[in-house]
Amino acid sequence: MSLSHYIALSLILCGIGLFGMLTRRNLLGIMLSVEVILNGANINFAAFAHFKAADPVAGAIFPIFVMAVSACEIAVALAIILSMYRHRKRLDVYRLEKLNG
Amino acid sequence: MADFIFFNSYLILFCPLLSFVVIGLGHLRSDNTFVGKFAITLSALSCGYALITALTYFIAVMGHGQGDVYPAKMALDSAWLNFSPTLTANMGIYLDPISVMMLIVVSVISLLVNIYSVGYMKGDPSFNRFFSLLALFSFSMLGLVVSSNILQMFVFWELVGVSSYALIGFWYEKPSAVAASKKAFIMTRFADAFFLLGILLVSFQSGSFSFQILNSPETAALLNKNFLFAGMSINMLTLGTLLIFCGGWGKSAMFPLHVWLPDAMEGPTPVSSIIHSATMVVAGVYLTARMFPLFAASESTLFVIQCIGAFTALFAAVIAITQMDIKRILAFSTLSQLGYMIFSLGAAKVCAEGGHHESSINILGYSAAMYHVFTHAFFKCMLFLGAGAIIHAVHSNDILKMGGLKSLMPKTYWSLLAACLAIAGVFPLSGFWSKDAILLASLQSGHYITFLVGLMTGALTAFYMFRFFFLIFHGEARSELHDVHEDPWMTWPIIILTIPTLFAGLLEHFFIIHVVPPQLDEAAHFVHPSWLPWIATLAAVLGIGSAWLLYGKGKTETAARLKDMFGSVYTLVYNKFYVDEVWLFITHKILFNCIAAPIKWFDRKVVDGSMDLTGWLLQVGGKGIRFSQNGQLQFYLGVTLVGVFMFFFLG
Repeated sequence: MSLSHYIALSLILCGIGLFGMLTRRNLLGIMLSVEVILNGANINFAAFAHFKAADPVAGAIFPIFVMAVSACEIAVALAIILSMYRHRKRLDVYRLEKLNG
Repeated sequence: MADFIFFNSYLILFCPLLSFVVIGLGHLRSDNTFVGKFAITLSALSCGYALITALTYFIAVMGHGQGDVYPAKMALDSAWLNFSPTLTANMGIYLDPISVMMLIVVSVISLLVNIYSVGYMKGDPSFNRFFSLLALFSFSMLGLVVSSNILQMFVFWELVGVSSYALIGFWYEKPSAVAASKKAFIMTRFADAFFLLGILLVSFQSGSFSFQILNSPETAALLNKNFLFAGMSINMLTLGTLLIFCGGWGKSAMFPLHVWLPDAMEGPTPVSSIIHSATMVVAGVYLTARMFPLFAASESTLFVIQCIGAFTALFAAVIAITQMDIKRILAFSTLSQLGYMIFSLGAAKVCAEGGHHESSINILGYSAAMYHVFTHAFFKCMLFLGAGAIIHAVHSNDILKMGGLKSLMPKTYWSLLAACLAIAGVFPLSGFWSKDAILLASLQSGHYITFLVGLMTGALTAFYMFRFFFLIFHGEARSELHDVHEDPWMTWPIIILTIPTLFAGLLEHFFIIHVVPPQLDEAAHFVHPSWLPWIATLAAVLGIGSAWLLYGKGKTETAARLKDMFGSVYTLVYNKFYVDEVWLFITHKILFNCIAAPIKWFDRKVVDGSMDLTGWLLQVGGKGIRFSQNGQLQFYLGVTLVGVFMFFFLG
């Protein structure tokens, strides 16, 4: 397993995530896609830390940070989504267009 | 001591200003007597301090001048606007014989008119507004007369214009009052525009606003040069002084800018009395006197002043004969007397005789004009106050509806008799002395036509004043009169004003000797022909006599027959020679249609149009951009991604 395999994996994950973000109609689905993109980035960090960095600890800390931050973010985002669902009874982003110009 | 009094002379101005602020801004009840008492108290304080200042001034300068000339004193002078290190506009209090004379006149008359107004305006819903505006006027007029420089004078000049505007339109529910106030303001503003140009020209050339520098011979010499304008050679001195005189032309209502003054009678009578007869309208005369040494340097300016003054004097006197409105008669009389003062100032120069190219200054014209300002202020103020009392009693302005008021208003009758005799120029009342001095000055100036005009105007004045007097007081009442009484608030000021009317003649010697223009005191002396007072008196007696013949018993039949004989002439004169109509034609037909209408079109179509176009373009652009902001989350995301990729690959 070389570095390029890991990069390919993270690229694929990012692509899947972006595809999901652009195509999912459900807000929860979009949130899941965002998580997938973040994990793709995490793999990237870990791989570079393992193969290239002088001190691998630095590379390992970043994914932990990202996970912590994304956990908080998800908590907030889920709260918003939940209240939106209660309010609108649906989570279809095509219909959530109240903020148009 | 003297310095202390001079230093505090700003109090003269401060008292009316305080009165204006307190009454105008304080939320005072209109129905209590506090307002009247407050206004009278502050006016009395101002008047008292003005008298103290005048006394101190005369004590301080007596015997200190060269010869008989009293030197000027700068009581107060502080920088107001610093334009550049060399050019500063100051605010100051400048005391010399004429400003002290005007201080006394303005403050005394202001006090009396304040007292009178308590009676006249009783029960008016805008009682407070009246007194605050009256105080504003007193403040501005006092500031005008003590100005130490021409810019300060201009500021106060406009302030008196504003207060006059507000007071003419005091009863703003009457459309005629509103029209009159606009007319007065626009006409005087029109003249003031030229005044401002004159100030700019003269001050730019001399580098100063101060009267002392402007009046110096150096300034006159500096200005006395020609320049080419549109192929014509123009003397800068003549142009500058004429432009400055334009201010006085409008304010003192000389022909053809006189039309605002008769209309200004729409205001309350105390206002007509103080503003439009005694004080504000003589501001033009005062300005000319103030700048006199500069004016005197230009022969043509003085000639214009003399001609316009004499013409207005005669013109207004002729119109006054036919008028029926009690206040309009007095307004035209004021115009005529203002003409007297102005032509007297213009006559302060002797025609070059024969081969003599140099003409000398005849200072008598100056002294006589100032003396007439002084005497006229008192008797004309009194005539107006009397007219106000009569209007208040009869509730009409038409003299044909009056008559027989002699027994009903005896105090007013005797006081007005004194005033009418004074304005007619009967010995030994004040008007006789000042008119005599003016006639003498015009005789000495060598322009015999103006002398004859003066004499004729004197006779006409006597005639129309006694026509006015007989029609009001003599004969039988020509309309139903009930509850005619004399209000003591209104009667006492009139009675007090008889004192200067009767005795101001005693001051003749003082005025002739001491009230002379600065720097021009080495004038030639002239003999006083002994027949002149007799001729003047004869003219006055002729006027009074013919008035007695026509209207003596309060009858109008003979006059009506005479009127029918001169039908068309009478109509022409009665309609004031149609000058108002000429002005209306000029403003409505020429100014409005030929200038205002194209400008309006340009403004609406071009100026507004370009603005509208800009707004329309922005709106259309905004509508286009709105489509991109459709609220679709994934559209935004896609655009962002495309942007990132474009940045990545192309950037």
